[in-house]
Order: sequence, then C-alpha cells, then structure tokens
Amino acid sequence: MELILSAGIGALTASGVYLLLRPRTYQVIIGLSLLSYAVNLFIFGMGRLRVNAPPILQPGGIGDLAHHTDPVPQALVLTAIVIGFAMTALFLVVILASRGFTGTDHVDGREPRGD
Amino acid sequence: MTEWLHHLLILPILVPLAVAAALVPINERERTLKGSIGFVSTLVVFVVTMILMRLAAAGEDSLPGDGVYQLGNWPAPFGIVLVLDRLSALLLCLTSGLALAAQVYSMARWHTAGHHFHSLVQLLLAGLNGAFLTGDLFNLFVFFEMMLAASYGLLLHGSGPLRVKAGLHYVAINLAASSLFLIGVSLIYGTTGTLNMADLATKLAALTPESRMLVETGAALLGIAFLVKAGMWPLGFWLPTAYAAATPPAAAVFAILTKVGIYIILRLHLLVFGAAAGASAGFGQSWLLAGGMATIAFGAIGVLASQAMGRLAGYSVLVSSGTLLAAIGLGHEEMLAGALFYLVSSTLTIAAFFLLIELVERGRDAAADVLAVTMEAYGDFDQDEEEEEAGVAIPGTMAVLGLCFSLCAVLMAGLPPLSGFIAKFALLKGLFDMSAADPAMAISAADWTYVTLIILSGLAAMIAMNRIGIRTFWASIEGTIPRVVIIEITPVAVLLAACLFLSFQAGPAMRYMQATADDLLAPALHSERVLSAPRAGGR
Repeated sequence: MELILSAGIGALTASGVYLLLRPRTYQVIIGLSLLSYAVNLFIFGMGRLRVNAPPILQPGGIGDLAHHTDPVPQALVLTAIVIGFAMTALFLVVILASRGFTGTDHVDGREPRGD
Repeated sequence: MTEWLHHLLILPILVPLAVAAALVPINERERTLKGSIGFVSTLVVFVVTMILMRLAAAGEDSLPGDGVYQLGNWPAPFGIVLVLDRLSALLLCLTSGLALAAQVYSMARWHTAGHHFHSLVQLLLAGLNGAFLTGDLFNLFVFFEMMLAASYGLLLHGSGPLRVKAGLHYVAINLAASSLFLIGVSLIYGTTGTLNMADLATKLAALTPESRMLVETGAALLGIAFLVKAGMWPLGFWLPTAYAAATPPAAAVFAILTKVGIYIILRLHLLVFGAAAGASAGFGQSWLLAGGMATIAFGAIGVLASQAMGRLAGYSVLVSSGTLLAAIGLGHEEMLAGALFYLVSSTLTIAAFFLLIELVERGRDAAADVLAVTMEAYGDFDQDEEEEEAGVAIPGTMAVLGLCFSLCAVLMAGLPPLSGFIAKFALLKGLFDMSAADPAMAISAADWTYVTLIILSGLAAMIAMNRIGIRTFWASIEGTIPRVVIIEITPVAVLLAACLFLSFQAGPAMRYMQATADDLLAPALHSERVLSAPRAGGR
C-alpha cells in the first residue's frame, strides 16, 4: 500500500508541476488540481496509513491507539479539499475573464511571437 | 467583567466575518449604506485592537486569560487557540487602521468600480486578523487562504484586462504556494504530532536527527510559501505588477499582506527555531539573509527603473520586505526592535503612497506618461515655447498633494526627521550596539553589506521620488489640476500623520517595540503561557 500511495503521489505531483509550467491557462488549472490532489493524499499519508481503523472513539469502545487512526489529518484533508475547490472555482472565473478580455488562453494574455 | 474582556480576543475575527456576510444581500445600489456599515465594523475592530494593544503593552498578565483564547474551551495542544501577544496586537491595530483609511478613501468613488467591495475588505480583515492571532499552523493556513481569497477579489475589483492579467498570475502563484504550505504543515505534523506552534517549540529540541531533517524540510517548504507572499527575490516578481494594477484602496490594504509573510517567518523563526531548538536553532537564517539582501538590491534597482508611480510603489514594497527579511536573517537580537519599528513605519508610508498616487495621477492625461518616457529616452527636446506664464501660483490642491508626496518621499528614503529615518537608524544602531557590547562579535562582512544596501536603497528611493515628483509637480507637461474630494485626501493625511506621530512619540513607540522584541526572544515563556493557560470555568 505504501508503494502504491507514494507512486501515486509522485505521479500526480510530477504531472501537476509539468502542467503548471505550461503556457495555456487550461493546462495550468489542471496542473493545480492535480497538485492539490497529490497534496491531499500526502497529508493523509502523514497521519500514517491504517486500514479498517476508525478515526473516532465509540462510547464503550477500546480507548487504545492501536485500534484507531489519527483523526487530525482527516480533518486537515477535509478542510484543504474545501478550500481547494473554492480556489479552483475562483481561478476558473479569472481564467474565463482573461480569455474574454484578451481573446487568447495564453497565460501572458497574448500569443508569443513567432507562432 | 474579566469574562467579558476575555471575549475581546475573538472580536477582530468575528465582527468582520459577520459584517461581510451581512453586507452581501444588501442591494449594490445602496453603496453608501454598505460603506458606512463596513466603516463602522472596521472602526469597532480598530477600537477593540487598540484596547488589546493597551492591555498587551501593560504585560501579558493583565491580558484576559493570559492572552490565550481557547476555542471550544479545550486546552492548548489539543484544542485550537488564539494567542495574543504584543506583536500580534501591534499588527492587528496596524491592519484595522489601514483598512479604515482604505475604506474611507474608497467611498469617494472606487467602491463603485465593482461589486461587493466592502464585503471583500471585511473578509480580508477577518483573514488578516485571524492569521495574526492564530496559535496553530493549520488555522494559519485557513486564515491565510481566507485572506488570499479576499485579496484575489480585491485585486480584480474594477476589472479590466490589465487587472485580470495581473490577477491570473497572482492567483496561480499563490495557489502553488498554498500547496507547498500544506506539504510543509503535514510534514511537520507527521514528525512531531502537533500543529500548535508553542507546543512545536517545546518538542523540537528532543527530535531524532532523522525526524529533525523532515521537520526542517517542512519548515523550509512553509518558508517558501511565506516568502512568496513576502515577495522575496526571486519569488516576488509578480508583486509590482499586481500591486500596480490593483485599485488604490485595494493596493493600500495589500501593503500589509507582504507583512503577514514576514510576521509568520519572524514568529516561526524566533519561536520554533530560536536558541532553545537545539541543533535546529537559527534554521534557514543564512537563506533569509541572502534572499533579503538580494530583495533589497532588486527592489532598489526596480525603484530606480520605474517610470510609473504604481510600479515605484510596488518595488518599494519589495525594498521594505527585503530590509526586514535580511534583518531577521542577520540574527542580531538588538536589531529586532528597530526592525519592528521599520515594519510599522514602512507599511503606513507605502499605504499612504498607494492612495496618493491615484490622486496625483488623476490630473495627468494618459499621453503625458508616454511623452515623459520618450523625453527620458531621447533627451534633447526643445521645450522653450509657453514660457511667458512665469510666476503662476501653484494651486491649493497641488500644494497639498505635493506636500503629502514629499512627506512620502522623505519617509521612504529614510531621511530625518521622520519615522523612516528613526526606523533605519534604530536598525543600524542595533547592529553597531551589538559589536560595541561584545567586542568578540566583530561586525562581519554581511553586516557591512546590509548597512550599505540600506543606505543605497534609501538613496535610490530619494532619486526616484525626486525625479517623479519634479516631473509631476513642477514640470507637468500637460496636466490639469486633479479634482480631489476631501474624503480622499484625509486618509492619506491621516496615514502620514500616524507616521509623524511615530516620529514625535518615537521614545514610547521604541519602548513598546523593545518589549515586543524581548517577548519574542523568550520563546519558552510564550510556550508556557499558551500550554498552561487555564480553561474558562475554573477547571
């Protein structure tokens, strides 16, 4: 599981960074989204990987760390996802406005010369 | 009574948040009403922060609940806390003061340029106040994003191709930086098991070398996120364009945004990576020093190269953050009070300058700028027509604007007698005091470079301001007299008056800064205060 997760995070980050450095706004926003997925998985991984362990104590359950997973990263990921969605939506609006004003989807607002 | 006082701590976040939400459904045509509500809200926050600053100045013991506010009444390492000390009180006060000035200014005409201006200012205020108050890293992220989201809206306020283009870069860079922020936070949490900054400080010394490496990696990633915000070279190239494109009131509030990055670096650096951090003490200091110095140099060159006032102000922001970052990077404890004084003084100055620019430039037609640039490039234009009008009196508006402009110039260049000079003098005095007190600590090459850079950046600011000032006020090519409303010039005057006040009251102000610096240099006390704060209700 560790291998799959780390390979997944690595692939997402690499593609995200590559796309982020591309000159088209669509590529940039996809890159940012991939990067934020990678970050969310990474946060999740930093709470140690456990399968089939609940993050909350049940009344009358066993109050032992061996039976539970760390709840904090889950809360963090939740917050980060929500904020990430909001920011992506906002960025989309800016991209559309930029497309409308400049007539191109180049990040600099104009096509490079020589194309 | 004390119960009531205790809740003052959360008001700087709650009031703007509630007002921002309440302003949204009000019809956009009721601009004056919205503006007034926003103004009252900021005024309330300003008064609250003044009270908090007075309490903080009297010492932490006089603060309600030791200056620690436990949300949900959970004690520190487990629950989320807000922490108030002298530094955060000072910055809270500065923030709401700037927001007040920008709001008053905007009511003359800028808030009509787009929708929801006043809500966005309130949200920005809530985010900023939260970032200054929060005691743990993840809530720092949340408040940081809140502040950034509002700042995206404010930057785009008024729309137009130029703003959207600058905004696109600004948003993309900040989103990427936020990802780094999260990676850094999770690395730190994964190794130390805590997000509370005070708790982190106590845990750092006992780490194994392997986990220390991970924590330092996390801290470095966090640092990059904040340095992007603070505009350190080479991470700050987006800043002058974005700030010059923003509407004047938005740009004036943005003057504090770079200081958030610096505030957090200062806090983490002294609290977490202070002398008690064992092998990690002073982590990243040399990078801060080198980056800060490069930023001063880059900013000073940019200031000299700027043709438009907006860009000049943008590069001045860079000079100001570079000066602070390098001062932190030098790591001399004696300089800290001077650095804090400089932070306040330069923020006020730059905010006033951003507001002033638009007033001054309003009278000039757009072609005048182009003409001025070509004149600069090709030099020898014969301009000896229209000479008969010798002896025309300078109109009153221009005189007031010119006076404000020259005050800004003196403050930015750091010339006596205003607070810009006192700030730089305090910085340099701290530097030389350090070597006088302890002969073993000779002044190093880095120190001399810093001194040179500070003085040269002041010179650059003076030259650039002189050039632009002469061109605008004395040798105006075409310009008409700008129509300036009294509520537009008042905020500028008030901000500059605050700088004057800082100059006259430099003694008490420096004493406050010194007490703040002493606080910051005793991180163990801070940690203990946060971690052992009593729960409300006596248990």
